[in-house]
Amino acid sequence: MEIVVRQQEPVATERDLILRAQAGESAAFGELVQRYMRRAYFAALGFVGSPEDARDLSQDAFARAYRARQRINPDMQFYTWFYQILRRLCFNFIRDRKLHRDKLREQKSWIVDDAAFRSHEHNPQRNIEREQTRRRVRQAIETLPEREREVLVLKEFEGLKYREIAEVVGIPIGTVMSRLYSARKHLASAIEETES
Amino acid sequence: MSRHPEEHSERAHALMMAALDGELSSAERTELEGLLAVDESLRNEWERLKTVKEVTRTMTFREPPEEVWETYWVSVYNRAERSLGWLFVSLGVIVVLGWAGWHAVDAILTETELPPLVKIAIFVGVLGGGILFFSVIREKWFTRRRDAYKEIVR
Repeated sequence: MEIVVRQQEPVATERDLILRAQAGESAAFGELVQRYMRRAYFAALGFVGSPEDARDLSQDAFARAYRARQRINPDMQFYTWFYQILRRLCFNFIRDRKLHRDKLREQKSWIVDDAAFRSHEHNPQRNIEREQTRRRVRQAIETLPEREREVLVLKEFEGLKYREIAEVVGIPIGTVMSRLYSARKHLASAIEETES
Repeated sequence: MSRHPEEHSERAHALMMAALDGELSSAERTELEGLLAVDESLRNEWERLKTVKEVTRTMTFREPPEEVWETYWVSVYNRAERSLGWLFVSLGVIVVLGWAGWHAVDAILTETELPPLVKIAIFVGVLGGGILFFSVIREKWFTRRRDAYKEIVR
């Protein structure tokens, strides 16, 4: 009996996928989309706050990237290049959206509590207080200036290092830190308001 | 050498951020501890920022339904394909309209029964429409680019 040993297909490198996409293989670009779609969706969600708009914008950004795929430098990180398209689309969208804040108020928050950190506090009063604080912070995050929110989301929700944030946003590390500081200061004020 | 007060507070803010995010070297930690030891308002601010960090580290994105990911690439591909379709349609329409316009001009010029005044009126009318069209487009374009309040959400 012949035994066929199936070797697992090696995972294509990003460089390889870019080169294949540039050679006309749309499936290779599809693989890139599969790798980064969650990150792109959540980045857009952090900007615009609406799941439907986040999906539209992130897909639109990938469609634009696909059309411009010949301009991708295969030796650079795809996402860093792609993120520039995405954030420009998101900023344009926010600028054009007239009833931005009203729209956001109408829908569920895009931020939730991470199950791993859910409180096991037995004191109901303490639980209520914590929930109020979290709700206030969520609202405060949603109303932060876009550029501050962008950096906060990349840091807190995506877990990027300062160097990585600086690279994708295209700003110095010092600016990353000062935007984070401003954002957190806003949130600290929100917590104080809840407490008072 | 002593720092300017503004530089001093910027440095303190940067150190506090790095400390919260685990990006502080041991030398910087010592520096931050030194600053906190002598400045009460900084200590208060540090406590407030630590509370913020404690809250935000427990938050995450709301997950969309799983179907979003299942159809994601297909939607991206359709968008790219359709935009190419629109591009071709637009090119075709521009060429056809250009050709029709050229023939319309030619027909008006060679039309012998039409009084010259009417011919002139037609051209002036078309020219006026063109000027209005470009003026509106240009205004929209420039307003959009130079709007000092464009980042402000109404």
